[in-house]
Amino acid sequence: MENFFLTISLALGFLVLLSLYRGVVGPTVLDRIVSVGVIGTKTTVMLILMGLIYKRVDMFVDISIAYAMLNFIATLAAAKFFHVRKSVIPGVRFYKEREVK
Amino acid sequence: MILTILSVLLIISGIFFFFTATVGLLRFPDFYCRMQATGKGDTLGALLCLSGIAVYNLSDGFTLSSVLVSIKIMLIAFFIFIANPTATHAITRAGLNAGVKPLMKEDLQK
Repeated sequence: MENFFLTISLALGFLVLLSLYRGVVGPTVLDRIVSVGVIGTKTTVMLILMGLIYKRVDMFVDISIAYAMLNFIATLAAAKFFHVRKSVIPGVRFYKEREVK
Repeated sequence: MILTILSVLLIISGIFFFFTATVGLLRFPDFYCRMQATGKGDTLGALLCLSGIAVYNLSDGFTLSSVLVSIKIMLIAFFIFIANPTATHAITRAGLNAGVKPLMKEDLQK
């Protein structure tokens, strides 16, 4: 059964590498943040699989809970930040034209 | 034995949904399409994978510690089930507010 969990962990690592492509070349900043969130969700599952492989699930479950919460808060903070500062294309200061009164 | 087979089935279906979410993140043409693919596929994949792990954790026998660990794993699954769509909604609203243009019918005809 350890070989099965090891295979699943390797498949998840391969999917993390694939999602990292969107994090590197994504056209807007929000695409990169989404990519980081996807990688964080996969890591949450991967940590518990590691606990099953090392037979210490009770310890790795707590680490996984902390990782899931940090991932959620990071995405929410980035969303709040870009809700106020409207520059989602790197290199462009203000993507949306501001109305001049 | 039947718990092990059930957990293997759950984990493999979860991996399938993770794979579809990643393909959607890579291949879809638009920011909002990518949000839709990852928001749904990732949530369901994590839910199925964690349920499978919790079922496998019970397959050695229903002792107190293994039941508590399984309850904790299902707590993570419940948390992801609530937090992941919330994060997707928040970041989509930020993108809409910042003026990311959605893909229109005219863009497809070019």
